[in-house]
Amino acid sequence: MDKPIVDIKDPVLRIENLHVSYDGIKNSVTDVSASVKKHAITAIMGPSGCGKSTLLRAINRMHDLYPQIKTTGKIFLNGDDISSISNIVLRRKIGMVFQRPNPFPTMSIYDNVIAGYKLNGFSLKKHERDEIVEKSLTDVSLWNEVKDALNKKGTFLSGGQQQRLCIARALAFQPDVILLDEPTSALDPIATAKIEDLLLELKDKYSIVLVTHNMAQAARISNFSMFMYLGELVEYGRTKDMFTKPVDKRTEEYLTGKFG
Amino acid sequence: MKSEKLTKVILFLSSLTILLVASGMIYSLAGGSVLAFKTFGIKFIYTSVWNPTEGSENYGALAFIAGTIITSVFALLVCLPLALSTALFIGEYYRDKPVSRIVGTMVDLLAGIPSIVYGLWGFYVLRPLIVDLGLSPQGYGIFTSGIVLAIMIIPYATSISTEIIKMVPNDLKEAAYSLGATRLEVITNVLIPNARSGIFASFILAFGRALGETMAVTMLIGNANVVPESLFATGNTMASVIANQFGEADGLKLSSLIAIGLLLFIITALINAAGKFIIKRFS
Amino acid sequence: MTDIIKTGNIRAAKNKAFAWIVAILSFITIFPIVLIISKLIINGYKQINLAFFTQVGPDTMEAMTAVSGGHVIPGGILNGIAGTLLMVLLASVMAIPLGVIIGVYLYENTTKRYAAVVRDVSDVMQGVPSIVLGLISYLWVVKHVTHGYSALAGASALGIMMLPLIIRSTEETLKMIPVSIKEAGFALGVPYHKIILRVLIPTGFSGLSTGILLAISRVIGETAPLMLTALGSRMVNLNIEQPTSAVPLLIWEFYNDPNMVDLIWSSSLFLMGFVLTLNIISKRIAAKSKK
Repeated sequence: MDKPIVDIKDPVLRIENLHVSYDGIKNSVTDVSASVKKHAITAIMGPSGCGKSTLLRAINRMHDLYPQIKTTGKIFLNGDDISSISNIVLRRKIGMVFQRPNPFPTMSIYDNVIAGYKLNGFSLKKHERDEIVEKSLTDVSLWNEVKDALNKKGTFLSGGQQQRLCIARALAFQPDVILLDEPTSALDPIATAKIEDLLLELKDKYSIVLVTHNMAQAARISNFSMFMYLGELVEYGRTKDMFTKPVDKRTEEYLTGKFG
Repeated sequence: MKSEKLTKVILFLSSLTILLVASGMIYSLAGGSVLAFKTFGIKFIYTSVWNPTEGSENYGALAFIAGTIITSVFALLVCLPLALSTALFIGEYYRDKPVSRIVGTMVDLLAGIPSIVYGLWGFYVLRPLIVDLGLSPQGYGIFTSGIVLAIMIIPYATSISTEIIKMVPNDLKEAAYSLGATRLEVITNVLIPNARSGIFASFILAFGRALGETMAVTMLIGNANVVPESLFATGNTMASVIANQFGEADGLKLSSLIAIGLLLFIITALINAAGKFIIKRFS
Repeated sequence: MTDIIKTGNIRAAKNKAFAWIVAILSFITIFPIVLIISKLIINGYKQINLAFFTQVGPDTMEAMTAVSGGHVIPGGILNGIAGTLLMVLLASVMAIPLGVIIGVYLYENTTKRYAAVVRDVSDVMQGVPSIVLGLISYLWVVKHVTHGYSALAGASALGIMMLPLIIRSTEETLKMIPVSIKEAGFALGVPYHKIILRVLIPTGFSGLSTGILLAISRVIGETAPLMLTALGSRMVNLNIEQPTSAVPLLIWEFYNDPNMVDLIWSSSLFLMGFVLTLNIISKRIAAKSKK
């Protein structure tokens, strides 16, 4: 392989020759192959429209919602082909956090955290639910801020708190992987810093894939970085290496601010 | 400058006319019903006699109020699953697909059919069917007119519901999908809860439509001036008694019909105001 | 794990079943329109001929003789067509200019408390049953203006019905016009009334005409208010102070006369064709202006 792509042992995710097309003609993601390290933060960078979100959404098969989107190639989660797992089970093992904080506005903070259980029809005892809510909210350092307002609507929280609530919602199922799609792009710098600290804590227990258009963020918190350009995975390596001595000329130009 | 002021005055004065028309309507309806209310008092609203024999004239609106509410509620109940399904079909399952445009156009067509044509169809097609099914000997009654009413109000309930369902943000739905929910679970846990006040309001407005429908109901309900005893019994509604009895009315009878018109006006105005209020608060 | 997968299967099945129920109920919803239109075409087409548009309705005897002899019923609905056109024209003259002006007023005064009242009142007016408007027009016009049933009374009822529809559609249309277009006019020192007449109304013209056509199509099939006001007439009548027929009134008369059954369907077919044509034209205009 001539592309500068790092080799990862015992990966949590393995992507093989992934193509995604929105119209059946033009590929938004072209022939991406890569493995994602367990219990680490992997950042996907690139200019807007480079296919980084499209790649991310292929991992939990979000594209299945839109029949016009064609996906080919294979993705393995802990060695299992995800196309052999039902969407229901797959998405329970892979949590997702979106660009804009999107707590369910009709549900309380409490119900938002256990929404995954509710939506999947699990009947839990009250003390089990309480435990999950407290643990998930503690994991995202939100418990102390909201423990007296659990029955309030999640939409009353600040943007940063809402986004942490959404992360708690994704964590409640104890997923193997958490996908984050530019989770701080709608937040102020202080809220962003809190989310970044949180992700650094979470990587001990979860494998995190983070799409970001913010190079500095990738440099600050990720262990591995992918650089995508025009649907192609141009370069993939340890973040330290990539930022200090990028191999591909396009990566270098992007990192030095020549485009993006 | 002067012309600008003049323009503003003309605009303002024109806007007054609609207020004048509206208050004039209330004034005239109230004025026309004075005789009935003076003669029968508040009893007019809760008695169900309708006796036009000269000398022993006696009128009460209860049979018509009951008939109106029963037919409209029944129509709403029949309309609800149909309109909600159609709204989900157009606004969620087949959103932006050619098939949903076809279904949407067909539903719009329903709104374009005049009331009297619905009445004819009910009379010549639905009524014989109901007789054949043995549901009622003549085929007239609450059931028949309720079914036709339900069809008539479907477009009103569907069009607003569809818009509201389409307005539910996509990332909320995706958040639920990302937690492993099926489409049905997304609909029941995210889509409907987020759209509920809008959907509720659209059904209120559709209910308001049903309350005031005249021709189709007149042709199908059987025009019996009694409180209906069952779903298949005949009855009469406020709108249809006005249409039916108006031709031969004067004096106390005319005043009673106008009083029924006033009551109908008040009920529909309240229902519509409630619907609009919910929509306004929602959006 | 196995039990999770099992519940997954049940949920997938429920999901699929629900999708089917939605599709089936949607199909049931659109089924009546197919039934109604086909019934009108099948039963109505045979009476549609030249006489249908050029002659007035037959009397019962003529119709009975024709039907028993196996012929089409002679005569047509000219008196209805003429009356409908006359009353809709009158109603339009009453409602369109006033409705557009009030719509402009609401657009110009979005925040005023008084404008909010006007808006709410016209919304409530929109929901008033047409039979009540018939009563009103009876009390106002039949009793005090024409002292008897008349085209003017029928037109007034239809006009009051159209007014709120036009007000709201005008306001909604004008709201879509970018403020910059209006400001460009003011920047050139154009007087206020000229901005309304030369800028706002022409820019929103297609939206306004769509709203007007839809309002007309809404009132053209109205029967109940006309029974209380225009009453009906056997002859073509163009005197606005005299009782007048209308297509829906004729349908009502035919319906009440067992000898005229065949004419019911052709008149309904005609009326619905008319309404649908107006709808299609207005949609075309709306679609064109969007491009």
